[in-house]
Amino acid sequence: MTGSFSSHVEITLRVNGEPVTARVEARRHLIDFLRLDLGLTGSHAGCEHGVCGACTLRVDGEIVRGCLTLAAQLDGSEVWTIEGLSDSGAIRDLQDAFVARNALQCGFCTPGMLAACAELLDHNADPSRDDIREHISGNYCRCTGYEAIVDAVAAVAAARRGLARAAE
Amino acid sequence: MTVNLHLSELDRPNSYIGKTVPRPNAPRLVEGRGVYVDDVVLPRMVHVAFFRSPHAHARIGEIATAAALAVPGVIRVFTGRDIADICSPWVAVLAHLKGLKSAPQHALAVERATWVGEPVVAVVAATRAAAEDGVAVLEVQFEPLPVVADMETALDPDTPLIHPELGDNLVFQRLHEKGEPDAAMAGAAKVVEAVFHTGRHTGVCLEPRSILANYSRPENQLTVHHSTQAPHMMQTIFAKHLDLPEGNVRVICGDVGGSYGVKVHVYPDEMAVAAIAKAMARPVKFVADRLESFASDIHARDHRIKGRMGVDAQGRIVAMEIDDLTGIGPYSVYPRTSAIEGNQVVNLCGGPYDFQNYRAQTTVVLQNKTPTCQYRAVGHPIATAVTEGLVDLAADAIGLDPAEFRRRNIVRDDAYPYTSAANMRFEGLSHQASLEKLLTMMDYDALRAEQVRLRERGIHRGIGLASFIELTNPSPFMYGIGGARISAQDGCTVRMDPDGSVVALSGVTEQGQGTDTILAQVVAEGVGVPIERVRVITGDTQVTPYGGGTWASRGAGIGGEAALQAGLALRENILVVAAAMLQAEAGALDVVAGEIVDKATGQPRMPLAELGRIVYFRGDTLPKGLPRELVATRHFITSDYPFAFTNGVQASYVEVDVETGFVRLLKHWCVEDCGRIINPQLVDEQVRGGIVQGIGGALYEHCLYSEDGQLMTANMADYLVPMAAEMPDMVIGHVETPTRESLLGAKGAGEAGTAGAPAAIMNAINDALKPFKARVTAMPFTPERILAALGTIPERRL
Repeated sequence: MTGSFSSHVEITLRVNGEPVTARVEARRHLIDFLRLDLGLTGSHAGCEHGVCGACTLRVDGEIVRGCLTLAAQLDGSEVWTIEGLSDSGAIRDLQDAFVARNALQCGFCTPGMLAACAELLDHNADPSRDDIREHISGNYCRCTGYEAIVDAVAAVAAARRGLARAAE
Repeated sequence: MTVNLHLSELDRPNSYIGKTVPRPNAPRLVEGRGVYVDDVVLPRMVHVAFFRSPHAHARIGEIATAAALAVPGVIRVFTGRDIADICSPWVAVLAHLKGLKSAPQHALAVERATWVGEPVVAVVAATRAAAEDGVAVLEVQFEPLPVVADMETALDPDTPLIHPELGDNLVFQRLHEKGEPDAAMAGAAKVVEAVFHTGRHTGVCLEPRSILANYSRPENQLTVHHSTQAPHMMQTIFAKHLDLPEGNVRVICGDVGGSYGVKVHVYPDEMAVAAIAKAMARPVKFVADRLESFASDIHARDHRIKGRMGVDAQGRIVAMEIDDLTGIGPYSVYPRTSAIEGNQVVNLCGGPYDFQNYRAQTTVVLQNKTPTCQYRAVGHPIATAVTEGLVDLAADAIGLDPAEFRRRNIVRDDAYPYTSAANMRFEGLSHQASLEKLLTMMDYDALRAEQVRLRERGIHRGIGLASFIELTNPSPFMYGIGGARISAQDGCTVRMDPDGSVVALSGVTEQGQGTDTILAQVVAEGVGVPIERVRVITGDTQVTPYGGGTWASRGAGIGGEAALQAGLALRENILVVAAAMLQAEAGALDVVAGEIVDKATGQPRMPLAELGRIVYFRGDTLPKGLPRELVATRHFITSDYPFAFTNGVQASYVEVDVETGFVRLLKHWCVEDCGRIINPQLVDEQVRGGIVQGIGGALYEHCLYSEDGQLMTANMADYLVPMAAEMPDMVIGHVETPTRESLLGAKGAGEAGTAGAPAAIMNAINDALKPFKARVTAMPFTPERILAALGTIPERRL
């Protein structure tokens, strides 16, 4: 292979529904691209090696770790962060349930936790408590002890099922 | 007009005290609109990355900076000597801990590096990435020195000295004796003994330590955005060590992503950042990454405790003896010191039990490991594990059920005030009521029956109980009397604005536990306004009354009382104006739900917004000389007791897989008594979060070091923390014994969960292992250790 590696890469993608074109360092992680380049500080960097889940966000419909994804990989992608998910109202019920059940304390894990919980509810309308615990077991929360989060997700699942039944 | 917070008053339906209300700051956080230090960006801001010692102990030689300075984006490099010119060193001792000694510690190591992770050189660059690039090409010469890794041999004559000028590796030793422990032990029907280890672990705040310091040369003003629990303490310390007038230092503490005691200490790298800001007169940011967090955040609980307990033939505890040894790293941590944890072990062992013959010693030694200091529930999980472990052994030795043994020995609820064998003074606790409530909640007898049934099927479940006391609401006896400028007092200023809304400024701080919420509840109650009309501001030394911040479970008990008194004072001030406007007696009026009302009938007379309009814009219509102070400030400090102790009891139900050594947590219960409960949901969630943090120490978390002092668990893949899948559901109950020291009656609740959980887990595991005559007493209780206890695999020292 000849030629030099490019240290910068041009990408065009959609972030929270808005078009973004940027020239990023090849080593730039998605979490840093969002936080430092786009000012989207709702996603948090907790461990920077994919274990804590604080940077969990949605790329092309799947949740990913913002700290394990390179921005350069995302040309043509659709990225949704907590800011966009909040503005669109897509997870309003989940956010309200977190507040009502006090399923957050310091709030640092919360955006990533919400992304993980939202994905579970998208794929499983009736998760057991164990299902919920299993699904969020990649998201570290030092404050709550997790039970309030499990309660909040279970409550939203039940409410959504109730709404679905009412619609039938 | 007074509000009487005795129960009859609190029972009235509209009281905010005792009511679950949602946290006003939570909706912001669920939308990702929190503002943590790393979210703050200032013009001309630069970033720091640190070169940290790769050696546990080494002399620092030549530091070659040219390659780093050549890295694009790198602006400047600071060595230890550079920083020492700007920031003076500190020695962390407290006068009331007699004999406590430590060596001067610099922001960046100057002569020697004394633990793996100690900051040695700071690289300043336009971006964090560039600063790290610079660190990567720094060349630092080290001459390795002998390493003191094992606390057990730290005081041996042939062990090298970490700080030769101190004369030995002993930091602090305290022997406490009461009664006649030797005679009582000699006369005991049974004496049980065991050696316990609480593994060294750390806080793992999800938001790493973060600081953004800015210095304005023309104003000689340092402004620090800091993820901290104690902004005023840090203001004082920045001023002292950077040679600035205290009034010229402002510490701003916005959202904090978890703290648990980790963020209440002075960290050398953070002091270096402030020093660099002063030197460069521009904003300097440092956010620890996870690897450096593990090596530089305080560690805690590295203790070995030998314990003995004597009981008489009736199963009454007659004496207890403990010998505690702890290794704290190479320096006592500033300014709270690293002797407090061992001291707490002495103070808290045996705390729930009625006996008076006690001997306890703590020995605090130096080692070349990360410094340890106060971490959530300081000393409590250790003391509770030792005490409750011995209690279960004693119950077994005398042939009593563990619950019955506790019934016979806990301090009776009618025995207060009571002074413990450790000379701790208790105003009023509820061990008996709490234990009975717990046993009912868990249906203890049914659980025991289930345990027996399952054992016959080869399923090994265990039930573990743990009574505990928790130290909260500390007075100056904790730090102030030792000479540390750490405020035990706290204050609150409450202000009514023209529209009738209320702003409360408090010296306590919020890190997620809900301080802001309970302050809003208390102020709304005190003034008489809907909680939606109250805005709470904390965490800015230039704005709030001087106070201690939030640690040692003091936010509600101290900060809450100051807020209540300030709210009540504002209400009185409002009523003076209202009386003049309505030509009534102030005593005949009240403020209810944001309106002036007739006290007797509740008849609305005037909204607060009308009173605000007149005071602020038409003061000419009020009588000349009428006091119109719509601001009130009150402070509170405890004075009758050095600490407001609380109590509680936990139970754990576990299943141990004796083939694999894995422990499954089936359920957990806790009954605790934090005095007056302001917000039941917040208290419950503090307890739950605390329990899980305690479970972490009991089962997973361990800072493991190699013999040469290398930290082997320095990332989140190697250092295990509790995750959702393994955690149990927890049932929380309460008994309320308000303190009479304050009108509010609140004591603390932040550490109860962590205090009791490890002991409950340990006792449950050992209860499950009982048929095998196996037991574990060294945390964390890993599958390996459980299998070793069962004799399945050989024991290995970790």
